[in-house]
Amino acid sequence: MATEYFNEMYEGGAVRAPYARLEDWMRSMPAELRQMKQAEAEDLFRRIGITFAVYGEGGDPDRLIPFDMFPRVFAQDEWRKLERGIKQRARALNAFLVDVYGRGEIIKAGKIPSRLVYRNEAYEKAVSGFVPPRGVFSHIVGIDLVRTGPGDFFVLEDNCRTPSGVSYMLENREIMMRMFPALFQNNRIEPVDNYSDLLRRTLASVAPAKCDRDPTIVILTPGHFNSAYYEHSFLADLMGVELVEGADLFVENGFVWMRTTEGPKKVDVIYRRIDDSFLDPLCFRPDSMLGVPGLMDVYRSGGVTICSAPGAGVADDKAVYTFVPEMVRFYLGEEPILNNVPTWQCGKADDLKYVQANLKELVVKEVHGSGGYGMLVGPKSTAEQIEHFAARIAADPGNYIAQPTLALSTVPTFVEEGVAPRHVDLRPYCLVGERIELVPGGLTRVALKDGSLVVNSSQGGGVKDTWVLAE
Amino acid sequence: MLSRTADNLFWIARYMERAETMARLLEVGARIALLPSAGHGYRSEWDSLLQASGTAAGFAKKYGDPVQRNIESYLFFDHDNVSSVATCISRARENARIVRTALTTQVWDALNTAFQEMRQLERTPRSQLELSRLTEWTMRHAAMVRGAIDATLLRNDGWDFLGLGYKLERADNTARLMDVKYYVLLPRADYVGSGLDNYQWTTLLRAMSSHRAFHWAYGGEITAGKIAHFLILNPQCPRSLLTAIEGATQHLDRLAKGYHTSTQAQSRSRALLGELSEMTVDDIFEEGLHEFLSRFIGDVGEVSQLVGEIYLSGVAR
Repeated sequence: MATEYFNEMYEGGAVRAPYARLEDWMRSMPAELRQMKQAEAEDLFRRIGITFAVYGEGGDPDRLIPFDMFPRVFAQDEWRKLERGIKQRARALNAFLVDVYGRGEIIKAGKIPSRLVYRNEAYEKAVSGFVPPRGVFSHIVGIDLVRTGPGDFFVLEDNCRTPSGVSYMLENREIMMRMFPALFQNNRIEPVDNYSDLLRRTLASVAPAKCDRDPTIVILTPGHFNSAYYEHSFLADLMGVELVEGADLFVENGFVWMRTTEGPKKVDVIYRRIDDSFLDPLCFRPDSMLGVPGLMDVYRSGGVTICSAPGAGVADDKAVYTFVPEMVRFYLGEEPILNNVPTWQCGKADDLKYVQANLKELVVKEVHGSGGYGMLVGPKSTAEQIEHFAARIAADPGNYIAQPTLALSTVPTFVEEGVAPRHVDLRPYCLVGERIELVPGGLTRVALKDGSLVVNSSQGGGVKDTWVLAE
Repeated sequence: MLSRTADNLFWIARYMERAETMARLLEVGARIALLPSAGHGYRSEWDSLLQASGTAAGFAKKYGDPVQRNIESYLFFDHDNVSSVATCISRARENARIVRTALTTQVWDALNTAFQEMRQLERTPRSQLELSRLTEWTMRHAAMVRGAIDATLLRNDGWDFLGLGYKLERADNTARLMDVKYYVLLPRADYVGSGLDNYQWTTLLRAMSSHRAFHWAYGGEITAGKIAHFLILNPQCPRSLLTAIEGATQHLDRLAKGYHTSTQAQSRSRALLGELSEMTVDDIFEEGLHEFLSRFIGDVGEVSQLVGEIYLSGVAR
């Protein structure tokens, strides 16, 4: 299948405006300097300790995510449109969550099938009828986007629970600024380093009603064996808050407390980076050692705020995803600014028939899968792989969705032979509290293998600095 | 500060100090082993090392006879040995990774570099590794970590927990190093004051990097009494028991002041300091050096336990 991919730097042989100042930089960099800088960057990452462990892979627990020095650039007007679209989507997703844990108007209106919501495994009956402070369920919304043309952006997936990777956005920038200061003098690039201030402000703004002073915020981590532990400690550090594990917290007299060297200290807002099912062994998995017994009681009585709220996952399901444009229209009365990728639901008979007939052309994903696991990329698969996957779909159609193979845009990337186009996606991080905020930038992931469309770090993808040019 | 954070800081310091002591012990052993054997019926010098470091049982189970090369492996590289240099450095670095946010980049860097280099050493053929290189390597990295802490860390409660770890571990370790002398002490009284006896004492001083300092402080002839005074009661000696307990007490005082509440750990440590300040070498020899040291190790253990209960477990109060 010969596909024309949109190259974000070149259009019709000419350099697109946002990349104008990068061409000279790229051309004037001799191979030796590039290799030297690459080694320097890796050394910096390793020394700072930015590592990423891949589950179930064994091997080096201190693996680095490959960092590509060639930045990905957005013009101001491109970004403003994205920003509006992302904020709109984050508002709609939160309105949806408040609705489905409340009156369920969107279901009564017949806009979304009730089984997708109430029989969804991410739906938490435990918070039914509960409205979290300021009506926010998802406080950090990571929206994965891909681009197929100059003005064509598609939302690939919404992450309403605990999207990760924001530390790479911040560190990539830090390292680029250290290594190429001249680039930043020649290009006017909007800063991203106020992210941690915004995050802190966002978390503070959703403190529970019972908190009558400066709220105490903590980040709850599963511990240092978790692959994202670096990010957890990095964010705690930047915000100046404690990084706690479940065992550091306990519940007493209707509040949550942390164990400190000066005795118990009350906790008001928990930015948790553990899954719902581990939050409270009394309410969810009784075998879990990661959570805090009694936490959910305190939460429901307004003694503590949990970010993101338990149950937020029902909005970022791959089956529910299909209905997000509908949510935008229903709750906001607006037309969606960002498009969904057309999606077939194998749970529907007609869709299933189409998917089964066209597997070779489609990307098929598990509804609850993530990290590039459990998916089929039709055009890149062998007949045998397709056959194997077809059997899995037939066995449990409701568990799969399918999308056309998108012609993901490419950005120049430093590879062994020099510079070559590689496919990218983008994850910006939208903060929702008293206000909705978005720093100008995000995490660009890049598929380092020639022709590969899979950008996940667990599948050998790398990362790039993402620039938004100032006016 | 989170109790768990304080706990990790405390143990980073203890592990680094312990790694250094293990290296110093190896040095003592190697030097004592250079002596012509003192005669039949004596315990092996190497065995005494294992006894003093509290690793004899574990070693015997794994290797049996105390052969120098096996002892070197056990005390330096063996991850089955909870006190080996390799174990201590890995654990210090792991604890540091957990409390990365409570440390400066420089401290993390120093710990992480030690860890990475240790992994390289582990991959190097043993025939290429002289014992002296291993001990020097350990002391250099231990010094770099201490230096980074001193030069860059905020003087807050975290610094006090690190300091407390260092001082309590050092008090314990100096006592244990001196106890090596007990285990190789010659069984007959007429050896006391002999050339062999003095050689052993001198070796101990060298292992503490205190050989020259001792001469500055006391001059002339080396005697058991002077060395005991130096390593136990001299406030000028950086590794003496008195200096270590004085340091621990200061950290506990600072914590009590900062937290506006006095603790039992503080009063226990103060009492120990008071006792040491008023002691003489004669008192110690009268009690018996080994007996005194054992009692002291127990006292230090008590202070550590109180620190754990009051600050590190989040249980007390």
